[in-house]
Amino acid sequence: MTRMTVREAISQALREEMYRDERVFIMGEEIGTWGGTYAVTRGFLDEFGERRVRDTPIAEGVIVGAAAGAAIAGLRPVAELMTINFAFLAMDQIVNHVAKLHYMFNGQITVPLVIRTVGGGGRQLGATHSQTPDVVFAHFPGLKVVAPGTPADAKGLLKSAIRDDDPVLFIEHATLYQVKGEVPDDEDFLVPIGVSEVKREGKDVTIVSYSKMLQVALEAAEMLAADGIEAEVIDLRTLRPLDTRPIVESVRRTNRMVVVEEGWRAYGIGAEIASRVTELAFDSLDAPVRRVAQAEVPLPYNRRLEQMALPQVQDVIHAVRDVLYLK
Amino acid sequence: MAEIIAMPKLGFDMAEGLLSEWVKKAGDPVAEGETIAIIETDKASVEVPSFRAGVLHQILVQAGNSVPIGTPIAVIGNPGETVDLAALGVTPATSLAVPEAPGKAVQPPVAAEEPVVAGPEAPGTAQGGRLAASPVALHMAAELGIDMRQVKGTGPDGRIIKRDIEEYVKVHAGPPAKVPATPILTPSSEPTAEGYRSEPLSPMRQTIGRRMVESKQQAPHFYITMDVDMAAAMALRAQLNGLLAEDEKISVNDLVTKAAAVALRQFPNINASFASNEIRILDHINIGIAVAREAGLLTVVIRDCDRKSLAQIARDARDLINHAREGRMKADDMVGGTFTISNLGMFDVEDFIAIINPPQAAILAVGAVKRVPVVDPNGQLAVGTRMKMTISADHRVTDGAEAARFLQSLRTALEEPMRLVL
Amino acid sequence: MARALAKDELLELYRQMALIRRFEEKSAELYAEGKIGGFLHLYVGQEAIATGACQALGANDHLFTAYRDHGWAIARGLDPRRVMAELLGKATGVSGGKGGSMHLASAEHHYWGGHAIVGGHLPLATGVGLAVRYNEGPEAVLCVLGEGTTNIGYFHESVNLAAVWKLPVVYLVENNQYGMGTEVGRASAVRNIAEKGCAYDILNRQINGQNLLEVYEAVDQALEHARKEGPVLLEALTYRYVGHSMGDPERYRTKAEIDEWRTRDPIRRFAELLQKDGVADQAGFDAIQHSVEELMGEAVRFAEESPEPDDAALCEHVYVNPMGHR
Repeated sequence: MTRMTVREAISQALREEMYRDERVFIMGEEIGTWGGTYAVTRGFLDEFGERRVRDTPIAEGVIVGAAAGAAIAGLRPVAELMTINFAFLAMDQIVNHVAKLHYMFNGQITVPLVIRTVGGGGRQLGATHSQTPDVVFAHFPGLKVVAPGTPADAKGLLKSAIRDDDPVLFIEHATLYQVKGEVPDDEDFLVPIGVSEVKREGKDVTIVSYSKMLQVALEAAEMLAADGIEAEVIDLRTLRPLDTRPIVESVRRTNRMVVVEEGWRAYGIGAEIASRVTELAFDSLDAPVRRVAQAEVPLPYNRRLEQMALPQVQDVIHAVRDVLYLK
Repeated sequence: MAEIIAMPKLGFDMAEGLLSEWVKKAGDPVAEGETIAIIETDKASVEVPSFRAGVLHQILVQAGNSVPIGTPIAVIGNPGETVDLAALGVTPATSLAVPEAPGKAVQPPVAAEEPVVAGPEAPGTAQGGRLAASPVALHMAAELGIDMRQVKGTGPDGRIIKRDIEEYVKVHAGPPAKVPATPILTPSSEPTAEGYRSEPLSPMRQTIGRRMVESKQQAPHFYITMDVDMAAAMALRAQLNGLLAEDEKISVNDLVTKAAAVALRQFPNINASFASNEIRILDHINIGIAVAREAGLLTVVIRDCDRKSLAQIARDARDLINHAREGRMKADDMVGGTFTISNLGMFDVEDFIAIINPPQAAILAVGAVKRVPVVDPNGQLAVGTRMKMTISADHRVTDGAEAARFLQSLRTALEEPMRLVL
Repeated sequence: MARALAKDELLELYRQMALIRRFEEKSAELYAEGKIGGFLHLYVGQEAIATGACQALGANDHLFTAYRDHGWAIARGLDPRRVMAELLGKATGVSGGKGGSMHLASAEHHYWGGHAIVGGHLPLATGVGLAVRYNEGPEAVLCVLGEGTTNIGYFHESVNLAAVWKLPVVYLVENNQYGMGTEVGRASAVRNIAEKGCAYDILNRQINGQNLLEVYEAVDQALEHARKEGPVLLEALTYRYVGHSMGDPERYRTKAEIDEWRTRDPIRRFAELLQKDGVADQAGFDAIQHSVEELMGEAVRFAEESPEPDDAALCEHVYVNPMGHR
């Protein structure tokens, strides 16, 4: 085990997989000479050379599309979209091509592509650079979407994604890179895609979250514990395919659930999970499912207003007390 | 030879076309690819070319008429040919200007929809109000036979929530009332207008009554009594209790509970419940212990008895029974039982017959452990330590032979009590 | 210089064009009967391009096309019976009945589709070129598009990247003068599409798409250049006698214009050339036509008699490693 940051974990995963499989290469904007705008690929160009570390023009459509084409031809590219806000420029390639080629051509074409990208707000970058539109990508069959919230999960999930023959969107969070945690040293340590995990056990309420909001949920759980409320915190880790088994099992015991996400509430991740739990654990619910999410506004620049719009620990605590019918 | 020209499909969502104009008349010669008609779809006017050369023998649909795609609109053939419409599958009816759509059922007129009644009436609607309750509260109330109308809801808008059901159970089990002095009753076979005191049926009494009536009416009960030599079991109990603190001691009932769990493992068909068209053989062995209260009988459930040691069962039983006596139970303690044991030994009862707790398959009635005269293996009179147990079983689920073997297994577990500590 | 073609090869090219023409006519009939659903984009009049280009394309080279792809599929060597089965949505279709007319493909032939999003396949084709360079292979990629596609963002992004990274991709523009119903001059600031190559400083050339041998020559040369140097932009001038797709009212052009292009019909012209060179005579052409009719009859029969896909096919191939939602 080694204690490291999320950034280090992702970097290490990428490096190890590039050594392990010669077909793995990376391409994206500023990943080579600059070393990546979040410094994840610093040093990679010197270490692996231009053939395997490719700086591209600013052209998201062809970044994803050419990576997909290379994948069709048998390579295992990891394309980077500098932020998820720019993924919209490649939306057609992602949802109409990458997600559908295997199906439309009856299995003749495979796209073992990983798209790494970064989402989230909280750094005063303004509305178009601060979004968490994860659910939009999770909507499409044919794509796998993962979003780790800890260093170990980041390393294990990225490795799984690179080794998976299906296309995977790997969503990192801009303010999670420096979070530290224990990471296994084993180069074959893999976190399976499509498996949620209980990160904290508790009997009074089920809190479901992922990525940056996992940290918010865990902090809220600590504060609630001081008041004698034991929250069970479940980390989704994968958005598609969704694993609700631990969530349903938990709600059967706690009878109540709060979902915490950084995206907007309307039509969001929480909407999907609440719906599933209603289908699978209706008789166990003592209160309607509560969703803690971003305010329904484009994120503003002003620091205080931005923080108001983003879910905070206090918001989670209020929601928990709500579903417990406590003042 | 003659062929049908049909209304062509000219667009991916075209269902019918209007025959706008015939460019060729009946009898005209036609070259391959020559336009014979103009057809209007809702998007455009399109020229329709002939797919072969020949003579346009007959026009079947007049200009100005709209027909579904696939409908025959004309007949083309070789010059001088006679056309047999019937042979081509065209009946006089289908050659009308407005034929029936081939292969499409005629849509019946949509009747005004009856308003759909949304499910069974919610409790309390007779009074005009709707009861709001959380799903888990509803579920618990149903399991416990609680009338929701009697429950006070503390959730928003008076919603009944889990806490409210738990509170209700606590209140209505109530603290044990003082035992009243035995009244001297004048014998009477019917209630008279004078000389009786009316006791309204508490919801709990109502529930017990309703469930017991249901059980007796629906489950065909049969009964088997067996005598158990408790000498070894009592000796083991004494030994074990010598090692245990006062509040950990094992009771006779704990022994019987563990023995029942062992036997149920061997006879899973008895650890079952009857559902309308199936027998559910249950995975867990959760034994209910009947606890007498002033307000009525309660059953508390010890879960997974086959996986618990004697000491654990004793602990759980003690806790549950104390909670029940003090009105501190949790709903979870009262549901989920798969088998029940009722023990009236403490009242010096020799044996008795219990009523099955629906939807369980059986109940065991246990009498007191007594010193009685017995015949020993040598045919001599001796003093034995015996206890009678009677099983009431549901003949829809099991039969005499199986129930008897189950009892034998239970007896063996008690008479060779080391099996209880394995 | 492209390799000179032998007599039997030339006859085979003629047969292919005749087959494509007949296949498209038959598809139109079946569509009008309601047996083919969705959209149907026919290649009638453009046969020389697919045929000539596929003659130059090597077995290991790669092919990407847009949705007007029946002719390309046949010229590339896909079984016409299985192509017809795909149009009818049958399990025996080249895409199992799940792609349809616009999504023909064959991994075995390195034909990666048949794509419906205008320009959507350009980045993919560019990426396959990237893989060829990554592996230092000798293959090239032929990426076929319409002239209207040169106006979409993907064209710029893909050709630019190919030029910067010197990828072995030939972008072959089939300029049939109309993007749906919009004449090329109304949609494109530069009417001579080949000239757009200058924006990327790449080799570019405009050719007569109705002349099979010219197409063959030009594509062969372009592929060579692509393998060694980098991307090429080829524009083949051509025309479709039929609408953009079935149901096109064709208000955007005159019958006179169509008739004018028909006088330069690529199949008839090629036949005239072969006759003049003594490669074949009318009897030979008749024999080929006859064999084409037979093959088409067989194709339609095969397609009609083939089974529908199973219900289970609905959920197959969403993922290579499926893990359902739980």
